[in-house]
Amino acid sequence: MLEIGQLAASYGGIKALNGVSLSIRRGEIVAMIGPNGAGKSTLLNCISGVVRASGGSAVFNGVDISRMPAHRISRLGLLQVPEGRQILVDLTVEENLQLGFLALGSRASKLGLDDVFDLFPILRERRSQRAGDLSGGQQQMLAIGRALVGNPDLLLLDEPSLGLSPLITDQVFGALKSLNSSGLTILVVEQNALRALGSTQRAYILERGRIALEGDSAELLNDRRVVEHYLGSTTS
Amino acid sequence: MFAQQLLNGVTTGAVYALFALGFTIVFGTQRILNLAHGAVFMAGAFIGYFATQKGLTFVPAVLLAMAGSAVLACLVDLVAFRGLRASGQLEFGAIISSIGVALMITSVGQGVSGTRVLVYPFDFVPNLFFSVLGLRISLLQIITLASVAAILAVVVFLIYRTSLGRQIRAVAGNPRAATLLGVSPGAVYLIVFAISGALAGYAGVLIGLLFNTVHFMMGDPYLLKAFVVVVLGGLGSVYGAVVAGFLLGILQAFAIAYFSGSLADIIFYSLVFLILIIRPGGLFGNAASTVKVGRA
Repeated sequence: MLEIGQLAASYGGIKALNGVSLSIRRGEIVAMIGPNGAGKSTLLNCISGVVRASGGSAVFNGVDISRMPAHRISRLGLLQVPEGRQILVDLTVEENLQLGFLALGSRASKLGLDDVFDLFPILRERRSQRAGDLSGGQQQMLAIGRALVGNPDLLLLDEPSLGLSPLITDQVFGALKSLNSSGLTILVVEQNALRALGSTQRAYILERGRIALEGDSAELLNDRRVVEHYLGSTTS
Repeated sequence: MFAQQLLNGVTTGAVYALFALGFTIVFGTQRILNLAHGAVFMAGAFIGYFATQKGLTFVPAVLLAMAGSAVLACLVDLVAFRGLRASGQLEFGAIISSIGVALMITSVGQGVSGTRVLVYPFDFVPNLFFSVLGLRISLLQIITLASVAAILAVVVFLIYRTSLGRQIRAVAGNPRAATLLGVSPGAVYLIVFAISGALAGYAGVLIGLLFNTVHFMMGDPYLLKAFVVVVLGGLGSVYGAVVAGFLLGILQAFAIAYFSGSLADIIFYSLVFLILIIRPGGLFGNAASTVKVGRA
């Protein structure tokens, strides 16, 4: 579904990605973990077209997306829930969700507003409120819901647990798992390695702009190197 | 006397509001001070004038002026701002490049008119007067008030009630998040410039008619006024520009009627300073941000 080959990119004059290759198959839920500054966000933004790659290839469902503008990549069904939610704070909850339908382009709609409200009932209560007045967890739900109405074929999530309480993080990851079991392909970038590995099938570990390690999430959970570097100090 | 001056002030204020609204939506969405806005306004008045010379009646001439100014404003965006946007040097660069484009447009106006003052044909809008409740109101005033009210309503509806408006507000608030949702910022910027240009163009025709003068330098004083109106209303605020536009028109009419024309500016600017001391963000600058096109 998504094939990334030797992707390279600089961000702010620093070489952030140094030949990253990965592939994601339909129906998978995959984690990308790694320390701060490893290039995880840059990688997602490269895939989404927000950051221009300086080299390498990116093919989504057979379409070369490496030179495509970001809004057209979104309309192909490759949607990103960016780090820090990036909801439109001055618009209402409902207006944010309505904007999500734009990403459909010429593709068919799958989920409507009511489906999102069923998944995250709190958003129904707050539908006409200013989105900036939502709590962090609610904003994360809104950001995910906004991507879902665009009928993503592949959903990229950047640090969905950032700033959320463990309880809300559980809810968010619970929603992601149930979305995946209903057929949605997901790539999630996380700092919280234990949570990420516990909720996914496969994982990549990104270090200094390169894939350092990849494998089944369950196996990585028991890998000595992973435990030492990523799980030892992680609380969840 | 009082009501008559109020009517005159509201009429001029309506045109100020129209002109300032176009200026503020560009700022609200893109943080650009488009100093070519006055030149586009002048171009609208010129296009309207030359349309009358070709024998067009009021409505087609106005539509042509609005369409022409919309296209011109899009060209301004493409020539003066698109490159800067890509380089990330927009905020300050835009001031210089828009002055440059304004000079180009003004020079064309100068060449076309041969620096002469142009005047719309006498009966372009029939010179009719009505008496309503003891007020003397001209057909031109009625047309101005009705059409500006309709246009303001359409623009507000467009921005706050349509998908296009949501896209405009999305790009204003967070361009990167908007692109991730499938919004094309480049297209949105062009549309905003087209709207802004059409508003300026119509304002140009109306000012040309109300003051019976079309001149290649006519844009400058209005650009300055629009700038003050927009600061007074709250930069980027749609309602602020409209309210402050009417306020300026009314104040000016009263100042001219009761004091002298030369005092009008002094009174208005003193009031502006006073309001800004009390509300540094402008009238609507700190109000609920839903009244904004864009960021604070």
